[in-house]
Amino acid sequence: MKQIILNYPEARKSLKRRPRWGESIIQGLLIFSGFFSIFTTIGIVYELGKEALLFFREPAVNLWAFLTGTQWQPHIEKFGILPLLTSTLITSTIAMSIAIPLGLGVAIYLSEYATPKTRNLLKPILEVLAGIPTIVYGYFALTFMTPLLRTIFGQDTVDIYNMASAGLVMGILILPLIASMTEDALSAVPRSLREAAYGLGGTKLEVALKVVVPAAISGISAAIIVGMSRAIGETMIVAVAAGAGPNFTFNPFKGAETLTGHIVRISGGDLSYDSIDYNSIFAIGLMLFFITLTLNIISQQIVRRFREVYE
Amino acid sequence: MVQPQSKTENSHYVLEAKNLEIYYGSFKAVTDVHMNVERNKITAIIGPSGCGKSTLLRAFNRMNELVSDSSIRGEILFQGQDLYASNVDPVVVRHRIGMVFQKPNPFPKSIYENIAWGARIHGYKGKMDELVEYSLRQAALWDEVKDKLNQSGLALSGGQQQRLCIARALAVQPEVILMDEPASALDPIATLKIEELMQELKKNYTIVIVTHNMQQAARASDYTAMMMLSKDGERSGTVIEFDETKHIFTNPKDKRTEDYVTGRFG
Amino acid sequence: MSELNNTQPPQMEFSDDLRRRNLSGRIWMVVFRLSTVVGIIALVTLLLNIINQSAGYVHYEAKVDPDTLRVDGIPLEEQSKEQLMSVLQNNLSSGAYNKLDRDKPFAERDRGEVYDLVFDRVVKYKVEETWLLWDSLTHSREIKASVPTEQSGTELKFVVWANWDFLRRQQSSDPVLAGVRTAILGSLWTISITILAAFPLGVMAAIYLEEYAADNWINRIIRTNINNLAGVPSIIYGILGLAIFVRVLEPFTSGTLFGITDPTTANGRTIMSAGLTLALLVLPLIIINSQEAIRAVPGSLRNASYGIGATKWQTVWSHVLPNAMPGILTGTILAVSRAIGETAPLVVIGASTVIFFDPENPFSKFTTLPIQIYQWTSRPQDEFRFLAAAAIIVLLAILLTLNATAIFLRNRFSRRY
Ligand SMILES: Nc1ncnc2c1ncn2[C@@H]1O[C@H](COP(=O)(O)OP(=O)(O)O)[C@@H](O)[C@H]1O
Ligand SMILES: [Mg+2]
Repeated sequence: MKQIILNYPEARKSLKRRPRWGESIIQGLLIFSGFFSIFTTIGIVYELGKEALLFFREPAVNLWAFLTGTQWQPHIEKFGILPLLTSTLITSTIAMSIAIPLGLGVAIYLSEYATPKTRNLLKPILEVLAGIPTIVYGYFALTFMTPLLRTIFGQDTVDIYNMASAGLVMGILILPLIASMTEDALSAVPRSLREAAYGLGGTKLEVALKVVVPAAISGISAAIIVGMSRAIGETMIVAVAAGAGPNFTFNPFKGAETLTGHIVRISGGDLSYDSIDYNSIFAIGLMLFFITLTLNIISQQIVRRFREVYE
Repeated sequence: MVQPQSKTENSHYVLEAKNLEIYYGSFKAVTDVHMNVERNKITAIIGPSGCGKSTLLRAFNRMNELVSDSSIRGEILFQGQDLYASNVDPVVVRHRIGMVFQKPNPFPKSIYENIAWGARIHGYKGKMDELVEYSLRQAALWDEVKDKLNQSGLALSGGQQQRLCIARALAVQPEVILMDEPASALDPIATLKIEELMQELKKNYTIVIVTHNMQQAARASDYTAMMMLSKDGERSGTVIEFDETKHIFTNPKDKRTEDYVTGRFG
Repeated sequence: MSELNNTQPPQMEFSDDLRRRNLSGRIWMVVFRLSTVVGIIALVTLLLNIINQSAGYVHYEAKVDPDTLRVDGIPLEEQSKEQLMSVLQNNLSSGAYNKLDRDKPFAERDRGEVYDLVFDRVVKYKVEETWLLWDSLTHSREIKASVPTEQSGTELKFVVWANWDFLRRQQSSDPVLAGVRTAILGSLWTISITILAAFPLGVMAAIYLEEYAADNWINRIIRTNINNLAGVPSIIYGILGLAIFVRVLEPFTSGTLFGITDPTTANGRTIMSAGLTLALLVLPLIIINSQEAIRAVPGSLRNASYGIGATKWQTVWSHVLPNAMPGILTGTILAVSRAIGETAPLVVIGASTVIFFDPENPFSKFTTLPIQIYQWTSRPQDEFRFLAAAAIIVLLAILLTLNATAIFLRNRFSRRY
């Protein structure tokens, strides 16, 4: 056989560490990208905080009145957050009261009852439902749900823009989210547990509800909390269907603007910088950010604990 | 739903498999099984892995039908009555024929709840505390756990977990206990404890145990069923020899059994 | 086993009420199945509702009956550009005609534009009444009877709102002539910026986290932070974009930094701002999906590469990335389809709801499909609702195509190791 000469650079013979400038530059870039998300968070907190501070410094605003006031009327210098907050809570509550039972029902059906074939057919449908843009749901609320509610309960009872319609459709939006997270949690429950329960003579329902669901309870709670955070931050459905103008009411058939709906309406117009309106959306945004952040952190905490059980 | 008639006098055996075939989809995993399980005896099923021991065992309490496309042909009689008759409720079958699995699988609940759960779903009427204590004593676990009944069952050691699973199975008062390699995940001392326990339990229960450990079968069982893949190339398992354990281990009729029990197999 | 002997067995009595247990089992199964059916019904209703509003009879009143505008007996639809121009010339004052030519010379207009002009300036269709698809199909006879089509200028047409002209036309305040070209172009421009910014950044971040980052507190914070960012409501990103891209970085996002001095873009509410805002929004999703794809590449591959003396980056670049790429692309497409449907953040940074000119560069004012849908939905007249439905169909078609691509990629390149 012919001998080949392996012609490597001389440096190869030394075992010494060599500088690799290319590697270092690339590594620097990678580190920057990794840290970028931190900058985003800092950006959010800093910008929202700064402008919110300006808002609270306005002579017309004080923190106590902001948190307890039942009127949000910038033109008469009333800045009470409660009307926006209550309508956010009402729409979210309606949404969750639809999404939790249905979402859990779907998840239990998919993970415990459905044959693999049905499951493979239904899961993409859930994904489609989850992938439809929220503006489309908003359209659905306004052109379908609202007329439906008005036919059922009467034109006089139900306003054209109302929280019930927005809430119900929001429930449909959140259903696939809760269903798929719950389904993940249920299918993570080891098969052996189900077998143990069946082996003792449990019926399918007893196995599902008394063994599998309790074993997956933290994953399910996490799903519900994430769903809640999603409902509170949901914007386009309420912007289209829940009504414009803050309104302190607990009647779901009345129109009332939510936190997010208010931000959209105010900023949709021509907003001049440093006006009190401009600053107020940052204050509301900051509030929204902390509510959803808290919920997300709680849910992650729960999921983390859940993992430790089976691994 | 009709419950299988208990204690039919005309049948000497608790379980009888006749001409049994078990399928996963179109794959025939077990074929042509004839065997009988006698009351208050320990019957062992031995054989190389993949020959269908678990499949056969799970057919005895209809656990197999939880696999979506499994099916059986032939007959299994429980105290003379067809287990697979259309009017038999699998839930009742599993109440009367309990099961202990290869890997300990306690519920992620307290030790107490692990035992009480099965009793509760079946509408147990007596004092739950007594039942829990009695079942744990029967499983020889009481002394080790009596001070921590509210701890999670998952906090026990492997051997303790398996005994907890046995106690859990006993608590619903089955007549037969099926055990699928109950000691394969345990250390020798825990294994020994389980074997002692089986000897104690057979006074009140009928036990069918799958094992690939031949010493265990020889030590612990009264009857032994030897399973192998049948030769016809179908890769289906079957019982090639079924007899009293001492015959299987000292004087097997089938050459393959002899090779297997003397370790000359494969 | 002595402990057994001194224990009396407790009363072993079971009052097993099987009928009840099996009954409740069956009832609950129906409940679970029903939840699923409700979900499916919701989806179907949503789609049917959109389809129902996207076509149907329309009763037009024309100022000039198009039948009277035949040239040599040829109806408008079949006339050439020159013939259409002559129709315009004959029916408009010469001043008005010349103004049109000055706005955009007729030589540069194609036939479709001239055709639209004839309708816009001469025929002047007005929508009198509209019907939903369902009514149009089931009550077509009554509808036909109710419209006096024999009158000159009165027309009843079955209109499919999402048609080719709808895709081709620019925005217009007249529902008869409105289209989504401006919005589609706006969406495409915006999303391109988003991908250009978020894809490299996201993939690099994922590489850092999976291949380089040690398991220490700072990197754990980064990971947690990314998960949290993925859960931040999109409108918050809009507020952030408003503060940073529209306001602070205005010289950059309006293009003045690059010598673009179009006064309409001077306020920073441009495609650039929108694209970057959406980039921030999808970045965590791209990172999470890419991390998963990278994690799925087996360690043995890395060992093989290190084993022959490759550096870390060489290993990542030639082995890890190529194998993870299908997964990364799939994840990116899914993230991008989320961005295409986003409305709220763009409203906050001030997407224009009414613009009549196609965007030309990243520093143009813009509108996007979802914004267009939002704007049309908010109008009270039915015909705008129908336009919104048509635009929704276009949007869903785009999303469907993207998702199908993602699924195709996933199946085509799924795990070979
Ligand atoms: N759920 C199942 N689906 C399909 N095939 C199975 C299933 N469980 C077991 N099998 C097949 O049936 C055969 C017997 O398996 P098993 O009863 O588990 O054997 P053993 O317990 O003797 O090791 C094997 O070929 C196995 O692959
Ligand atoms: Mg086995």
